[in-house]
Amino acid sequence: MNETSFLPELLRILFTVVCAIVIVFGNALVMGYLERKFAGRFQRRPGPMEVGWQGILQLAVDGVKLVGKQLLVPKHADKPLYLIAPILSFAPALLPLLVIPFSPKLQGRDLDIGLIFILAVVAINVLAILVAGWGSNNKYSMLGAMRSVAQNVAYEIPMLLTLLSVILVTNTFSLQGIIAAQEKIWFIFVMPVAFLIFFVATVAETNRAPFDLPEAESELTAGFMTEYSGMGFSLFFMAEYTYMFIACSLTVILFLGGWHGPPLPFAEYTSALWFFLKVYVLLILMIWIRWTFPRVRFDQLLNFCWKYLVPFSLVHLMVTAVVLKI
Amino acid sequence: MSTTPQSSEYRYVLNMGPQHPSTHGVLRVILEMEGEYIVDPQPVLGYGHRMHEKMAESRSWPGFLPNAARMDYLAALIYNHGYVGVVERLAGIEATPRAEYIRVITSELNRLQSHLLWLGVLVLDLGAFTPIMYTFEDREKILDILEDVTGSRLTYCYMRVGGVVRDIDDKFVARTREYIKWQRSRMPMYDKLVTGNIIFRKRVEGIGEFTPDLARRYGLTGPVLRAAGVPYDIRRAEPYSVYPEFDFEIPTETAGDCMAAYRVRVREIEQSLRILEQALDRLPEGPFRAKTPKKIKLPAGDASYAVESPRGELVYHLTGDGSEVPYRMKIRVPSFSNLSILPEVCSGMLLSDLCACMGSLDLVIPEIDR
Repeated sequence: MNETSFLPELLRILFTVVCAIVIVFGNALVMGYLERKFAGRFQRRPGPMEVGWQGILQLAVDGVKLVGKQLLVPKHADKPLYLIAPILSFAPALLPLLVIPFSPKLQGRDLDIGLIFILAVVAINVLAILVAGWGSNNKYSMLGAMRSVAQNVAYEIPMLLTLLSVILVTNTFSLQGIIAAQEKIWFIFVMPVAFLIFFVATVAETNRAPFDLPEAESELTAGFMTEYSGMGFSLFFMAEYTYMFIACSLTVILFLGGWHGPPLPFAEYTSALWFFLKVYVLLILMIWIRWTFPRVRFDQLLNFCWKYLVPFSLVHLMVTAVVLKI
Repeated sequence: MSTTPQSSEYRYVLNMGPQHPSTHGVLRVILEMEGEYIVDPQPVLGYGHRMHEKMAESRSWPGFLPNAARMDYLAALIYNHGYVGVVERLAGIEATPRAEYIRVITSELNRLQSHLLWLGVLVLDLGAFTPIMYTFEDREKILDILEDVTGSRLTYCYMRVGGVVRDIDDKFVARTREYIKWQRSRMPMYDKLVTGNIIFRKRVEGIGEFTPDLARRYGLTGPVLRAAGVPYDIRRAEPYSVYPEFDFEIPTETAGDCMAAYRVRVREIEQSLRILEQALDRLPEGPFRAKTPKKIKLPAGDASYAVESPRGELVYHLTGDGSEVPYRMKIRVPSFSNLSILPEVCSGMLLSDLCACMGSLDLVIPEIDR
């Protein structure tokens, strides 16, 4: 790097980080609101209504409440681990946003290994949950943490296997490259099975219902989060929403053509609109699933993964490879 | 309570409750666990004990009536019914025909709202939050109807010896009919949303199975017993009030698992609607309360009166000694014996299955800890 490009590069880094933080908090706000409103619709009730128009300021008020709450540390908890866990969960959630291409130009960095970078960074969340559960010194938390590890490790396999099919077709790990390959046809139409497997796996990876076993409030009384209050709790929640956003972004990039859509003026920037639209459709789908289905049992969850998703994704990978060879 | 020392180094003890979302009140279950598997579940009772039976011995028998409603807050009217029933039997008083019909109508409405709440709560225990909101919507309609006639929404104190406090009017009848129609229109939705849900079925089918023989040994009653194929229902087995006049079925299933208990209760909702319809059609004219002396002294001797609560057989046993205060009162509540089967069927199952199992037993802990 020479001296002339140092300052613009620094500014660029700063700008990207600020944007990533804005997206994380903005997404948490929007998702928190959408989740409540949609849950309200599904349950035939209005949802939040009191604070602001249609309860739009409810999240801000909740934020104030959560910041104001005392952060309790259980008596015999492993204090350093207990305190670091929410940060460990939340902080890595920022990083994938640096490589997600929202439009041809709106992207922090188009890494050649963008896809691997995201998967590597996101995997830290499992560790964070394990640390939270272990550090809490609570048996329910511990059970939740153990579940989380088994679940995330299991579902990462079909997820990666379906991902490999996409990589075989596109020949690149670059996210822009994968999107560019879908200019003519989105991969969801080429490999719908892979899309289904991938989406189910991402729902499980983000610990969302019906796969929310690490939390499981009716069995484990909130699992790994049982002992967390105030901001500790809300960091976990913010992380969950961010991981959902990242997971849906990945699904959109891999299968739904990324930012491709009907042409818009200044498409190099504005096509981000299509990207966000697709991501939020998927997020709303996740909300819908959550408020409809009961929770699966733990052995059923693992069986579903090992007996169905893994074999299917393996077969899918093989078929893709054979078809490409022909 | 189990006092066995931990036999394996992998075993640990998990306290489920007294505050746990799936224990439905202040129930504590000490779980000896191995990983997520339950080796030995032991229920511990007594966290909500209020000495209702003892209170009956220290206050006049009409003064006990509000207590009856507070034992099982989901079947207050049926508890009312049992209590006035036992007093009437001991004192030799007969309620008027219209009063008996009103009692049956309000009791069945009470049973319906209990079953509806149970339906929502069972699915909530399995992790789905939405159905409970739908059942609450239905339940709200019943509570509105009952509030109009009884004056309260949960702990009703509506029945009196010889009849009821207030008569029902045409508005009540019309609203109840409207409700019956509404509830019938809702059942297909629950069928789709809950019964047909693949995750729900996988979670409850084959869970917590027991045989009719085991059920009898533990004194199980109500829908849980009928889920094992025993068509035992007090309304038929020991007919009381005007139940013999109605045409209704006692739904039974054979599997004896959580799904069977679920199916039995859902079918009971339909049967209750049938009873309501017939009772409204045949509602006789006349006084809603028999003429009784201002102060009734309970004669010496004892009497029992059994009613079918939403959870099973509820028996009041009252002993009088000729004074205004009962000598002794014993209440047999269904949840207590239904809960007692828990260690038997739940050993060796997963923690998540225990939630399903307790949900399907439809426990009301204040009833046990009376």
